[in-house]
Amino acid sequence: MKKMLTGNYASAYGAKVSKVKVVSAYPITPQTTIVEKIAEFIANGEFDGKYIRVESEHSAMASCIAAENTGVRTFTATSSHGLALMHEMLHWASGARLPIVMSVVNRSLGPPWSIWSDQQDTISQRDTGWMQIYTENNQEVLDSIIMAYRIAENEIVMLPAMVIEDAFILSHTMEPVDIPDQADVDEFLPDYNPKFKLDVSEPMGFGSLIMPEGPFMEFKYKGHESMNNALKIIDETDILFKKKFGRSYGGTVETYKLDNAKYALVMMGSTASTGKEVVDKMRDEGYEVGLLRIRSFRPFPKDKLRNYLSNMKSIGVFDRSYTFGYGGAVFSEVRNTMYGKNIPIKGYIGGLGGRDVTMNLIEKIFLDVVNMSEKGQDKDYEWVGLNGDKRWSQ
Amino acid sequence: MLEVRFHGRGGQGAVIASEILATAAFYEGKYVSSFPYFGVERRGAPVTAFTRIDSKPIRVKTQIYNPDHVVVLDHSLLNLVNVTNGLKDGGLVLINTIKKPEEIKIDAKIVATVNASEIALNHSLGSHSAPIVNTAILGAYAKVSGVVKLESIKRAIEENVSGFIEENVASAEDAYNFVRVIQK
Repeated sequence: MKKMLTGNYASAYGAKVSKVKVVSAYPITPQTTIVEKIAEFIANGEFDGKYIRVESEHSAMASCIAAENTGVRTFTATSSHGLALMHEMLHWASGARLPIVMSVVNRSLGPPWSIWSDQQDTISQRDTGWMQIYTENNQEVLDSIIMAYRIAENEIVMLPAMVIEDAFILSHTMEPVDIPDQADVDEFLPDYNPKFKLDVSEPMGFGSLIMPEGPFMEFKYKGHESMNNALKIIDETDILFKKKFGRSYGGTVETYKLDNAKYALVMMGSTASTGKEVVDKMRDEGYEVGLLRIRSFRPFPKDKLRNYLSNMKSIGVFDRSYTFGYGGAVFSEVRNTMYGKNIPIKGYIGGLGGRDVTMNLIEKIFLDVVNMSEKGQDKDYEWVGLNGDKRWSQ
Repeated sequence: MLEVRFHGRGGQGAVIASEILATAAFYEGKYVSSFPYFGVERRGAPVTAFTRIDSKPIRVKTQIYNPDHVVVLDHSLLNLVNVTNGLKDGGLVLINTIKKPEEIKIDAKIVATVNASEIALNHSLGSHSAPIVNTAILGAYAKVSGVVKLESIKRAIEENVSGFIEENVASAEDAYNFVRVIQK
């Protein structure tokens, strides 16, 4: 059934059709309408789940961890400072191998205070052991939540996942979205039934102390292996999703007109959607440009990137986040991945605090990437779209 | 692709107007997106919202800089905001005002006016100091733009507006009949 939905309502429907049993959340702009909609579903009796109200995001994640430990499917949603407050519990969720799925609506971290979009909040949680799936439209938000449960709960993965959408650009934008039939989702996503769970009839301990000689390192190594397993499972799940629902997003990586391109731009999130429009415009003008969209930042699809980007003459990487004193996180990962290939790679940092990433700006970046292969690389990375900077005016 | 920009004040319903227009076009089989420029959530503050309508999927996720049409829900914004900024040549501006289109000094090829505030009040929508004019202005927009049918606007109101549905539909119908337009 097609309906006009915001990204946030698409997320709420994603949790509903995934038959989540426990939702625990604390409101924060611009996430709030996700859990409001879920609360409405539950109040109407359309959603057979327990809604736990808590006093903070830290407690929201703690509740999800406890509930998931009893072997039920859980969901929460947050943004920005709320995600930052969860930080400690994020490590716990992944360390305890709990396949929780969380919607994160990308919002800047203050100060200066901002409710608008950039990816600083999720990028800052890179090393918490959560999978991170970045989306570019509302349909993808809904579909990715269903897929995320299937991926996270896979026996060789068993790790939590964030499904990430840009604040306002997706969260409060209405688009036509197809809500899959419940029967089809039930076939695609079986009930969650983990091997180990808290059960009073079969007592078990979780998360106990391990001495340095004990299997602490081995636990973490298994987590690392599982994250790598997820690369294959994410790609396979995308193929299976396409068979069932007719829609595909490329799994870990999506490419656009990259096959016969010489110059590539790597993007993540909704800016990639606008980027495709720019590729079409520049292709019409004769530029051999293409786009690579990273959907899965963790696990990082390094083999696919090397495969897709090795024949490029030059590569640009756009980061909607920053590391003070160095280039963006996506830029660092892409350049590491391409080490030894001798391809010029430049990072571009922009779109912070919700600053619009316009077609004009993306085109300027593409032109810089094209020029770089001829004239050489001027800088490792730079900030684009700063007020007063004529070179990179929006 | 057709791009529409709405200018209003907090409480007038500009964001909902952009959503109802998108929904009406969606009913007619179009691809659409609608979104607010999310500013301070405060009654009376200037608000901007956007609607895109196309026959193919819409990938652009930026704000609208070169609208085909501009809809102004509050005439006092004309002194405050450059509502025709970036308007395409031959573009349309529709304004909620008591004035006739001839009296509006604005840089646009097509100017339309409707007294949406009075129409809204006639149907008990909002208060004298803050009439809710979004459904009236959409009725007028359907007439002067021809982008969507009045029936689709009415259906979008019926299926998506909570409360005062008959009044909102009647308001859209009246504005459809009363809107005036000139082409310069």
